[in-house]
Amino acid sequence: IVSTFNNYNDLYPDWTQTEVSTGTSIMAVEFEGGVVIGADSRTTTGAYIANRVTDKLTPIHERIFCCRSGSAADTQAIADAVTYQLGFHSIELDEAPLVQTAASLFRDMCYRYREELMAGIIVAGWDPRRGGQVYTVPVGGMMTRQPVSVGGSGSSYIYGYVDSNYRAGMSKEECLKFTAEALTLAMERDGSSGGVVRLAVISEQGVERQVILGNQLPKFSTV
Amino acid sequence: MATVSVCQYHRGGFSFENCKRNALLEADINKLGFSSPAARKTGTTICGVVYKDGVVLGADTRATEGMVVADKNCSKIHYISPNVYCCGAGTAADTEMTTQIISSNLELHSLSTGRLPRVATANRMLKQMLFRYQGYIGAALVLGGVDSTGPQLYSIYPHGSTDKLPYVTMGSGSLAAMAVFEDRYRPNMEEEEAKRLVRDAIAAGIFNDLGSGSNIDLCVITKGKVDYLRPHDVANKKGVREDKINGRPETGNYRYKHGTTGVLTKAVTPLNLEVVEESVQTMDTS
Repeated sequence: IVSTFNNYNDLYPDWTQTEVSTGTSIMAVEFEGGVVIGADSRTTTGAYIANRVTDKLTPIHERIFCCRSGSAADTQAIADAVTYQLGFHSIELDEAPLVQTAASLFRDMCYRYREELMAGIIVAGWDPRRGGQVYTVPVGGMMTRQPVSVGGSGSSYIYGYVDSNYRAGMSKEECLKFTAEALTLAMERDGSSGGVVRLAVISEQGVERQVILGNQLPKFSTV
Repeated sequence: MATVSVCQYHRGGFSFENCKRNALLEADINKLGFSSPAARKTGTTICGVVYKDGVVLGADTRATEGMVVADKNCSKIHYISPNVYCCGAGTAADTEMTTQIISSNLELHSLSTGRLPRVATANRMLKQMLFRYQGYIGAALVLGGVDSTGPQLYSIYPHGSTDKLPYVTMGSGSLAAMAVFEDRYRPNMEEEEAKRLVRDAIAAGIFNDLGSGSNIDLCVITKGKVDYLRPHDVANKKGVREDKINGRPETGNYRYKHGTTGVLTKAVTPLNLEVVEESVQTMDTS
């Protein structure tokens, strides 16, 4: 989405007037006992990187996270609204909310306001009833559960890698390695993705977060 | 859950009332042959940095109307609450009014809670308002302050997205300022070093960006104390005119000393004129 207000000759460069977008590469993988989620850390306004250390893995509840892609303002506003709704619902229930409930809340908002919003969201977490789950809510407001899901502008470049390298029944460590490598490849090719790789593992034990800095990213053949 | 607010928000979505009025006015003005006034923008370089004891906010002081400087010394660091200040870039009216509205509501909120307001609260209020107006309020803000949770710095974009970072820059001069920050920022700086860094970042914007200029204002916020340094640095002093008599500037005197221009030849032709009529009319200078 591009919005320009007042093209004042060249006094105000283009990047001061375009909307902030999380160009993005995001990913989530289910494993036995939880989920692994990952994202890059770049937010752009046009060609300028507004934030090179963005955290796109946003907590919605204790063991439910969402990965945000698309318009930064839209996804932040949606995530804040869903966090409130889910927190209220969880207090009413006096129970940990289901990941499916969180995903449904996202879907309801993204579908209802689909004309006004530009948001591609992956909801992932762990709940006591169904364990680790990944639900994807792309632009347009559809919602579906997937064992592995990628999103954002960088995802186009890694569908082949993900489809060929994913196996059901991977361990936590294998999932972490798989996610880190996939995101690295996406960041390498997509101009709107970059910075560091943020990873999180959500399971019954809680949430473990880690950051892989630029120089520590996995290396592939340099062409 | 009643919230005490000064301004009554519209229920549901954007209010288009003023858009209709503006369109009618625009049409009327164009019919008469005039063009509607351009919105005054603060071209701007604004920035902020978190240091050991708090935050330092900085801003230039130029406000532009198209390609003309409308205000050579405008104040871009706005008061939000005793412990929170906000720099504003973008449309000057938007930044001014937005910060005033949130400042007002935050004061009421603070009286209601009985506590000093938090920076995160101001951030929430600002982002939710700007998101509601879908980017039509052209306010790009750098919000900084110190509260019970510690020093915090946020950058807020016109569409309502925010970033919480240790150093931020906004405005047309933000790239120049960010270059300075990326080179010299360190975590947990001392106050003097932080002030020098912010001053240099704004100076980079002033001297390398056409939309920014004039002086450098600084605002140092620590726990329990705010230093509003306006101006902190007069980076662009107005020159003194050459033509002075006895130290007093003599306006409109463009005389040059005899001999400034060399005379090559001189030819004098006397004109024999007869005075026909002479009358004096006194001017009414009362």
